[in-house]
Amino acid sequence: MELATVWFVLVAVLWIGYLALEGFDFGVGLLTRRFARGDTERRVLINIIGPVWDGNEVWVITAVGATFAAFPEWYATAWSAYYLPLVLILLALIGRGLAFEYRAKGDTERWRRRWDLVIFAGSLVPAFSWGVLLAGFAQGLPLDANHDFAGAGNDILTPYTLLGGVLTLTVSLLHGTHYVAVKTVGDIRTRARRLAGRLALPAAAVVAVFGGWTVLGYADAGASRWVTGVCAAAAVVAVAAGAVANARGREGRAFAATFTGVVAFGAMLFASLYPDVLPSTLSAADGLTVDNASSSDYTLTVMTWVAVPFVPAVLAYQSWVYWTFRHRLGVQHIP
Amino acid sequence: MDVLELARWQFGITTVVHFFFVPFTISMAFLVAIMQTIWMRATPPRSTRWLRLTRFFGKLLLINLAVGVVTGLVQEFQFGMNWSDFSRFVGDVFGAPLAMEALLAFYLESVFVGVWIFGWGRIPPKVHLATIWVTAVGTLLSAYFILAANSFMQNPVGYEIDEATGRAEMTDIWAILTNKVLLITFPHTIFAALMVGGAVVGAVSMWHLVRGARQPELAEPDASSDAGAFRTSLRIGAVAVLIGGVGVAVTGDTQGKVMTEVQPMKMAAAEALYESQQPAPFSLLTIGTLDGREPVYQLEVPQLLSFLATGSFDAEVEGINDLQEQYTEQYGDGEYAPNIPVTYWTFRMMITAGGLAAAVALWLLWSTRRGRAPTSRWALWAAAALPVLPLAANAFGWIFTEMGRQPWLVFGLLRTGAGVSPGVGAGTVAASLAAFTVLYAGLCWLWVWLLLKHARPGLPDVSAEARWGERGGSDDASGGAGRADDADDADADRPLTFAY
Ligand code: HDD
Ligand code: HEM
Ligand code: HEM
Repeated sequence: MELATVWFVLVAVLWIGYLALEGFDFGVGLLTRRFARGDTERRVLINIIGPVWDGNEVWVITAVGATFAAFPEWYATAWSAYYLPLVLILLALIGRGLAFEYRAKGDTERWRRRWDLVIFAGSLVPAFSWGVLLAGFAQGLPLDANHDFAGAGNDILTPYTLLGGVLTLTVSLLHGTHYVAVKTVGDIRTRARRLAGRLALPAAAVVAVFGGWTVLGYADAGASRWVTGVCAAAAVVAVAAGAVANARGREGRAFAATFTGVVAFGAMLFASLYPDVLPSTLSAADGLTVDNASSSDYTLTVMTWVAVPFVPAVLAYQSWVYWTFRHRLGVQHIP
Repeated sequence: MDVLELARWQFGITTVVHFFFVPFTISMAFLVAIMQTIWMRATPPRSTRWLRLTRFFGKLLLINLAVGVVTGLVQEFQFGMNWSDFSRFVGDVFGAPLAMEALLAFYLESVFVGVWIFGWGRIPPKVHLATIWVTAVGTLLSAYFILAANSFMQNPVGYEIDEATGRAEMTDIWAILTNKVLLITFPHTIFAALMVGGAVVGAVSMWHLVRGARQPELAEPDASSDAGAFRTSLRIGAVAVLIGGVGVAVTGDTQGKVMTEVQPMKMAAAEALYESQQPAPFSLLTIGTLDGREPVYQLEVPQLLSFLATGSFDAEVEGINDLQEQYTEQYGDGEYAPNIPVTYWTFRMMITAGGLAAAVALWLLWSTRRGRAPTSRWALWAAAALPVLPLAANAFGWIFTEMGRQPWLVFGLLRTGAGVSPGVGAGTVAASLAAFTVLYAGLCWLWVWLLLKHARPGLPDVSAEARWGERGGSDDASGGAGRADDADDADADRPLTFAY
């Protein structure tokens, strides 16, 4: 395989890792609003993601950094095209990151309630917007000959990309609900299971519709369409399997199933994209592909040497953290 | 304002604010790691003091780290958002250190600091100690890689321009990671960071000592032990500021020589030296305009600039006018001098603010020698001023470095105006500039407010952590593994030692 293709796969893996990991802590953030009853339950939710959310967020920093290093054109074009959505995402992530740390550092009820609102909004906005952005890659954008965005807001917010946003939002919520069921004890765990049962059908439906749309509308005929289709089907099956596992009280499996679902969904998007990285809807010649957007062979080689030892190392120590904090928490554990 | 100006303001504001938090994190992570190490190695009851200091300053570290992390995220995205043509031009070279920073440094910092925060009472104490050290090392790695990227912009090395695309392509990663600007900028920045953390520790300790001495009746019940602990931490803080101070002076001197070599215009601009001179004096301050006309008043140290720039007291230093002529010949018509008043004054203020910080730190040591505790109002003012000085020096240093590079974005290769995103409108940038400026002002306010709020009470009660530490210590000695797990099973419903 060509190095540029290796890096396309690696960038995809980083994005998928981000969606699968931060996806559930977005979901948990969404649950702090209505689902959690009272301050103590809210604190249970914050503490089950407390040790891990920041490490999860680094996946997107690395995804973006790797895109910059391996596909500078892709980074430059997409990030200037998505200017305003990215500002929104940044504002949301800034607030959310602070909220986890600062909520506990004040002493009034009002202080905590305000930060709760920030956690909620800070989880809602990116969970939705990243879906819009990634679906936009698959759909393509109007790019001119310099590869610069030459469109308007309605080229970014199309029915397809909006559905992509709905998808990442609903699936994150479901994924997060499964996480709560795995990580808590007592009443909150029971309620999480019940809620997951109710969310599964809508989530599966959105995944199915979006998957079908991608396969028919945005995958090139041939092998690419095939792979996209298989991934889309796998995503639907995974969400359904999660529902079955959840109904049987197999919480760990339910979580693993939505994790797989997110991975399949991400694989589907990037499979439909390849060998493009950001097609132009104006003229095929102006689009960005793995070849015309990539860095030099030398840079890719250097980066490969860095990635080969360090990506597994990161996976190893991050898994160790999940293992270290594997115990369930309940209201009785909150000091 | 046009897009270019707006984008520059946005970069300047977000970066300077990010760099309020960065040096604080870098140095405080090490200082807290050192305190925790001493706690683990000392025996009770003396060790308790170190545990309390660790918890106390650890909390300040976390309040700061949170803002550091979230403002860093903006930095990572900005190159693509505002500077897309820059990203295209240098991405092949510049993206690599950024990606390495994320993969090698950010994961380490973020993952292990999470374990450190929530690990109190839950994991074996020695493992817990290791996590703060890993975090601290992560901050150093992060600084190294980002400075590698920045140093490339000051002094491009290890690249060639691709004929077909007109873009810079990396040819030698090793050259980039050993750029001579990087090798000297890195220690300078780290020593400058050390001054910030030291100043915070010293100032907070001083404040508590003075307050305790002024109003004994107001102090906490266990004020005597608090005072003892703060006396120790005051020393740590003040000594850190002094080490940092000496470090920046020594490295700064070398930096001046490297700068004269690779960016002579920046050195001339730092001094507002229009005509080449041999030997060249260093002006301490100037009253009047800095546009090359006779100043109203100027205080000068003869021959000092020659020494700063070259290491010899009677060497020639090139002036702005000569360099302008030389660059016009080399690069074509254009204005090649940066904004002289900005470079001239920020360079001086960096040195002055840092020097003042070192002086205050010395005074702290002097005024608390042999058990003394000052009670004057001045002592409180000195404590309040101390952290502000190195923070300001850091900001001035960066503004000098970056503004002094103008009109270049990548020195000699890409002008700032050519790097801005062509597809982004002024309205868009203005809106985001407004949003970020308001948000960052709020962040800074919140940051100061929370730091003060949590610095004000005395040292925390640490009985739970102390019990955990002692048990963990003895278990470790007998080779017991997984102690924390067994304890969890035994009393599974026990509340956590630490939770948000
Ligand atoms: C000399 C050091 C230094 C410099 C010049 C910069 N940073 Fe920084 N950055 C750090 C040193 C640092 C740090 C000490 O490592 C931080 C501060 C707080 C933290 O957790 O890590 C950090 C955090 C931080 C984060 C969040 C990491 C996380 O989630 O853990 C990002 C994405 C960036 N930075 C990116 C940048 C970019 C793109 C910069 C260039 C304009 C930049 N930083 C300048
Ligand atoms: C934290 C450390 C840094 C600080 C405090 C800093 C400071 C600044 C300041 C004050 C400006 C505004 C200058 C102006 O308005 O003309 C600026 C501009 C800029 N800097 Fe830096 N800088 C830092 C690190 C970096 C790094 C590491 C890079 C590259 C990786 C970088 C790239 C740029 C760019 C692209 C601009 C915009 C163009 C310009 O206006 O010069 N800076 N920086
Ligand atoms: C005797 C004192 C000092 C000297 C001679 C000195 C010298 C320098 C020089 C020449 C540069 C520009 C490097 C370049 O653009 O290539 C610089 C940058 C800088 N200085 Fe200083 N400095 C001194 C003190 C300080 C102090 C006290 C601080 C902060 C506490 C500080 C923080 C910085 C920072 C953050 C930068 C920008 C990053 C860099 O280029 O290293 N400096 N200094």
